Amino acid sequence: MIAPVDARAAAIAADFPILAKPTSRGKRLVYLDSAASSQKPQAVIDTLVDYYSSYNANIHRGVYEIAARATDAFEAARAKVARFVNAAHSAEIIWTRNTTEAINLVSFTWGMQNLGPGDAILTTQVEHHSNLVPWQLLASKTGAQLRYIQARDDGTLVLDDLDALLAGTKLVALSHVSNVLGSIAPLEAIVPRAHAAGALVLVDAAQSVPHMPVDVQALDVDFLAVSGHKMCAPTGIGFLYGKRALLEAMPPFLTGGDMIRTVAYDTTTFAELPWKFEAGTSNIADAIAFGTACDYLSNVGMAWIREHEIQITAYALERLAPFAARGLVCYGPARAADRGGVISFNFADIHAHDLASILDLDGVCIRAGHHCAMPLMDKMNWPATARASFYLYTTEADIDALVAALEKAAEVFKIS
Amino acid sequence: MDDFYKEYILDHYRNPRNFGHLDKPTAVAEDLNPLCGDKIKMELLVGADGKIADVRFSGKGCAISQASASMLTESIKGKTLEEVAHLSHDVVLENVGIGISPTRMKCAMLGLKVAKSAALGEIATWPDEAAT
Repeated sequence: MIAPVDARAAAIAADFPILAKPTSRGKRLVYLDSAASSQKPQAVIDTLVDYYSSYNANIHRGVYEIAARATDAFEAARAKVARFVNAAHSAEIIWTRNTTEAINLVSFTWGMQNLGPGDAILTTQVEHHSNLVPWQLLASKTGAQLRYIQARDDGTLVLDDLDALLAGTKLVALSHVSNVLGSIAPLEAIVPRAHAAGALVLVDAAQSVPHMPVDVQALDVDFLAVSGHKMCAPTGIGFLYGKRALLEAMPPFLTGGDMIRTVAYDTTTFAELPWKFEAGTSNIADAIAFGTACDYLSNVGMAWIREHEIQITAYALERLAPFAARGLVCYGPARAADRGGVISFNFADIHAHDLASILDLDGVCIRAGHHCAMPLMDKMNWPATARASFYLYTTEADIDALVAALEKAAEVFKIS
Repeated sequence: MDDFYKEYILDHYRNPRNFGHLDKPTAVAEDLNPLCGDKIKMELLVGADGKIADVRFSGKGCAISQASASMLTESIKGKTLEEVAHLSHDVVLENVGIGISPTRMKCAMLGLKVAKSAALGEIATWPDEAAT
């Protein structure tokens, strides 16, 4: 059952040139840190080279041919991203640098306009700093209260008292998939209850949109934030999805060139959506390459990618299980089907950083540390965890390399 | 790096020397490495002869940061605060041996940074120093 899926992942890996390049120690690169940033397929790299070498020009203003071509490609990429998450209109996709900037956009515009003393923002205990710090600051600026949905030790959310938490809440801001534990928030259960209580819902989808089919209309979320670099696109490009009526009612975020309709010495009128939120020359090349990444992932099939990640996660959990006798502890939901392709763990008294250093000698790249979720780490009383994360190009051979490197770490630290 | 985790590094990691707290330290400082969450606190006791008579460190973190801090406590006993304040990275590199990768250098140097800041903080409050 697993073999055909794994064979396809091995074929997919060949599309990613970096995966064929050995490390400085001559080891095969075993990249298990896609939750931090994914690798890029040749098609995405080619798109960047093609833009810069064939039609590099500023958009939305040039009348000459290559400027028109750049503008068309830039807006076509927006349409591809809109289709990728099934947004109703391309105008509902605002380019940002990343998830963090998308969340800050909502905080600085909708948040400042709509929140005040007596209101509440509801988030969860498992958030990445990107979906926590902006709300802390918004609460302190507006006098709104910041509340938390409790998380169990495996990262799943306690929803028993959700209705009480929703009383007075104007915004629910939560991650779809935890970057530390891989736990998946039941949006289909939370969103209707939030709406019934009069709250909007913002989803940090940095760890879900790259890995599983996500339909913003089916989920009925109000805002959704995504980073391109975690889904085969370049760094420096991400997007905010927002329902059109909400975006239209929001004031602009950054202001200046490109986001205006008319400017006089004493007054300015703003451009229509989506450009109202895109001040200054946009990240044209990376946006266009983001479109290519969406094409690439759609061709592979998001349903297949989700299925593959469940299988590779199940395989990894199975291979790690025997280490439990020597003190390896895996965190997060027990069943692979209940989690994203992320496994955080600790191994006996080996600190995660030491583990990552030892694995690196064998070309195995894992993340170690607090994963930008310090409050969660404190709650769980983990000084740090090691984290292996998977993507469409992760193969069983990669997991086998991880296991072999862990054996080596056990040897170095004399753990028997 | 290949052989960085030598026997004595693991020994200092698992059996840190001078680990704990002093009743009445002369100088104290603590810091963390926000990248990895390593934390170290250093407490120094200066004797009547102006030299460090006792030292304790506490904290948690990776083997490199903890072993390096443990070895440093042994190196600075008997030194004056001025000497500690002016210690260079070499003292750590000599203690832990060669082969720390650049990505882990901050872990290795955390104990030194904290010890120096404890010493400097105490020196800065001396009346004759404050006047200059």
